[in-house]
Amino acid sequence: MGTLEARHISGDITREVACSLHAGDQVLYSGIVYTARDAAHKRLVEALDAGEDTPIDIDGTIIYYAGPAPAKPGYPIGPVGPTSSYRMDPYAPRLLDLGQRAMIGKGARSQEVIDAVGRNEAIYFAAIGGAAALIAQSVKSADVVAYDDLGTEAIRRLEVADMPITVAIDCHGGNIYETGPAEYLASRG
Amino acid sequence: MRTIQASDITDTVCDLCIRANCVMNDGLLDALRQAREDESWPVAKATLGCMLENAAIAEREMVPICQDTGAACVFVELGQDVHIESGSLVDAINAGVALGYTQGYLRKSMVADPLRRVNTDDNTPALITVDVVDGDGLKITLAPKGAGSENMGQLKMLKPADGIEGVRTFVLDAVRHAGPNPCPPIIVGVGVGGNFDHVASLAKRALLRPVGVHNPDPFYAQLEDELLAAINEFGTGPAGFGGATTVLAVNVEQAPTHIACLPVAVNINCHVARHEEAML
Repeated sequence: MGTLEARHISGDITREVACSLHAGDQVLYSGIVYTARDAAHKRLVEALDAGEDTPIDIDGTIIYYAGPAPAKPGYPIGPVGPTSSYRMDPYAPRLLDLGQRAMIGKGARSQEVIDAVGRNEAIYFAAIGGAAALIAQSVKSADVVAYDDLGTEAIRRLEVADMPITVAIDCHGGNIYETGPAEYLASRG
Repeated sequence: MRTIQASDITDTVCDLCIRANCVMNDGLLDALRQAREDESWPVAKATLGCMLENAAIAEREMVPICQDTGAACVFVELGQDVHIESGSLVDAINAGVALGYTQGYLRKSMVADPLRRVNTDDNTPALITVDVVDGDGLKITLAPKGAGSENMGQLKMLKPADGIEGVRTFVLDAVRHAGPNPCPPIIVGVGVGGNFDHVASLAKRALLRPVGVHNPDPFYAQLEDELLAAINEFGTGPAGFGGATTVLAVNVEQAPTHIACLPVAVNINCHVARHEEAML
């Protein structure tokens, strides 16, 4: 089990940073994350298949699996919680091998994704599903940078400050969706 | 014969869309507060605290609790002595959904075609179920349903010989398989009986029941209690991070069926289990 006290991390999630994180660690992240979900992933991979440039540089990015609600006047973004990550499993290993450093989503991942996290010393964070209004408070700015026609599924560049996330799958094989429930059950004796 | 204006239906549906998505209902709030009180596992307690804080922010700022403001599932009980004037029932409901999702800054999540997938940009069409009932009332229940939980639903045509044990095993396997994906703590709707399509509808309708209300038949109420206890033994916990609170309620609805059939369906709702109703 990771530490309950949150660790502040900002900027790039380097291999060194990723390797220092363990499943269950609470993190408050500040920096740039890009939203992309089903439709945007499909297009990114189609661009790669066609040998075209992707509209965002995959190398070094943090991708947040999310599609926000519309922003009310005066807000940078509407509520923006994570969507279920498993739907991006068919795409994630390829993007991780191209240098994507972190994923933020919710829920369990395929063995292929877990393996890709390990070999790339990357990281998979979970945000709390359904806590969309709370998470939106950490978003300071949001700009559509690609696939505007996809509406909520467009790729947005978010500047976040102290975004509350939890290490779900680390590059050492730790997986909160296995160890969290197991440790709770063991604690009852 | 009573006359109801289509525009009144539109206005009502619009209000229901906004209220259901932005204000967590009291029964659910109470259940989450009680769960936080009862949780001994620190991560689970903290996660439930975040969920409650999130609901408070949403209500204060009138923004949706969850960005997935769902497909607009609408259940109508239409009195047979009602006449709807100046428009059709279905058009009036869809106009209300389009208005509510636009005015309320709710996410538009419907695509017009399941394979060609172009967003309709106003969250229509609503998924409408109409029951004609006695009297001259018109009751509308709006239940926005997010996909994280909806995608974890399952249906199976069991054999009568499988009996209650078969139903129990199917439900527990479906919820175990869902794991952290449907945003626990969840509400589990179970349909038993009817036929292939009817049983799915039973499971969905089971989710409309307020948290804490049992099936009036003690036989099924006991099954609900047993399933709830068994699911909470999984240890999945809030957000799947581990803990005692995996399910807040299991609601079973049963219906008559064929001598050769034992249909069972599971429809799961997340911890933002939304439903609001209005009587016209």
